Amino acid sequence: MVVAESKPIEEILAMVADFDKILLTGCKGCVTVCNAGGQKEVGILASALKIARKKEGREIEIEEITLERQCDPEYIDQLEEPIAKNNYDAVLSMACSVGPQYIAKRYEDTLVYPCLNTTFIGGALEHGVWAEFCQACGSCGIHNFGALCPIARCAKSLLNGPCGGSAGGKCEISPETDCVWHLIYERMSRLGQLDKMANVVMFKDWTTSRDGGPRKIVREDLKQ
Amino acid sequence: MKAGSHLEKMFAAGHFAVTGELGPPRGADAGHIHEKAKYLKGIVESVNVTDNQTAVVRMASMAVCRLLLDMGIEPNLQMVCRDRNRLAIQADLLGASALGIKNVLCLSGDHQKFGDHPQAKNVFDIDSMQLIATCKKLRDEGKLINDHECEGVPQYFIGAAVNPFADPFDFRVTRLAKKIKAGVDFLQTQCIYNMEKFRTYIQQANDLGLTEKCYIMAGITPLKSVGMARYMQKFVPGLDVPEDYIERLKGVDKKKQGDEGIKIAIEQIQEVKEMKGIAGVHVMAIEWEERVEEIVSGAGLLPRPEVS
Repeated sequence: MVVAESKPIEEILAMVADFDKILLTGCKGCVTVCNAGGQKEVGILASALKIARKKEGREIEIEEITLERQCDPEYIDQLEEPIAKNNYDAVLSMACSVGPQYIAKRYEDTLVYPCLNTTFIGGALEHGVWAEFCQACGSCGIHNFGALCPIARCAKSLLNGPCGGSAGGKCEISPETDCVWHLIYERMSRLGQLDKMANVVMFKDWTTSRDGGPRKIVREDLKQ
Repeated sequence: MKAGSHLEKMFAAGHFAVTGELGPPRGADAGHIHEKAKYLKGIVESVNVTDNQTAVVRMASMAVCRLLLDMGIEPNLQMVCRDRNRLAIQADLLGASALGIKNVLCLSGDHQKFGDHPQAKNVFDIDSMQLIATCKKLRDEGKLINDHECEGVPQYFIGAAVNPFADPFDFRVTRLAKKIKAGVDFLQTQCIYNMEKFRTYIQQANDLGLTEKCYIMAGITPLKSVGMARYMQKFVPGLDVPEDYIERLKGVDKKKQGDEGIKIAIEQIQEVKEMKGIAGVHVMAIEWEERVEEIVSGAGLLPRPEVS
């Protein structure tokens, strides 16, 4: 899933400093799963903003709505009525950055602000801890590396690691970061595939990654 | 001969080779280079010029290499993959050859997190293994990565680094073998302090016949003080400084610790010189260039042999 985290409250307060009435929108997709922008977090942020503004002596009116998904025009349409009726100063999105972009595209005259920092494609390691697993390079080859991704999980995206900074299974950048190449070594050793690690992996083609320009998938079989 | 560099000739003649290292300044002062490099002239075969080492911005390695050539000192151009993509890397490699640089050292590069611009975007389009392969392809096939033929084929003596002390230890010799497979001609090791572990590593390399396929230079960094030894032990990932050396430095007067460090370095050189499979030493006297002559001389390696 897309993993995101809330921006600092000070940053969000600065965004809405000039506004008196806003719509705060959540998303029931990935950001609900990673506890960053679901219905519950929308309620918490709305309360926090209201309390802070009350303290400043300038109350703010906040309406809350949490959509099924913000990365789908069908659900973004559901904002049409509230936006038309209420004359909001701005709409704030607690989805990943796809959400506010969809809202901005659909409602051309509306100011839109992101409340989250979209961080990575990853998963939970334990309750309250998430980690990056994929960099969406667009050409998955993890089967060559014991089904672990060196592009996303090695600090230098090395394809022929581990580098000389691997110590005790940890990456040189931090004792908190696993050396994925150490993990790859252990797993390939267990699978009896260490001979594969003796091969020189040659240049990666990055055209399928962001380096090839903004990406788009067209499925002719599904297009109408 | 692959490039006909002085370093390559020394190896080819069967001499135990010595290289040095020079870190460019954090500024535009060429005088700084002259000041430091004069201590290395005639003492070592060639001098590594670091490339934004520890991810700190410094004068460009290639420019400093050219300044050394003007001084009559052969440079080893260090090149890291952190700061340039395959376009810039190949452009720089071609330019280096045009400037008369014959030795290239291929490195991944320290992560920018350690440097003076941690906010930078890193590149790592290719890695050090692929950089070796790039140099080899340019030299042996006269072709760029995209198979385009070069007008004017560059000649390099291709080097890289290996760290016998990083983990997992059992993979380290495989990684050395990979660098040979990618096309490396000579290798310089990370600073050696744990001699026992280094012996095991070189034994493994000898057993696999790897030391006959490239020239391996043992990395020697003299310890200036107990403080430096502790720092390297605790904070430099992949470095192994045994307690024995620290105790030995502690055993002498604080003002004499540097001298003791030099003594240790000389003993280490004498020890690795006797090891099968070691073709030379790479002396990395960090900000201590003026003591290199004493080390090389103390190890009985001066004067340097002449080759033509």
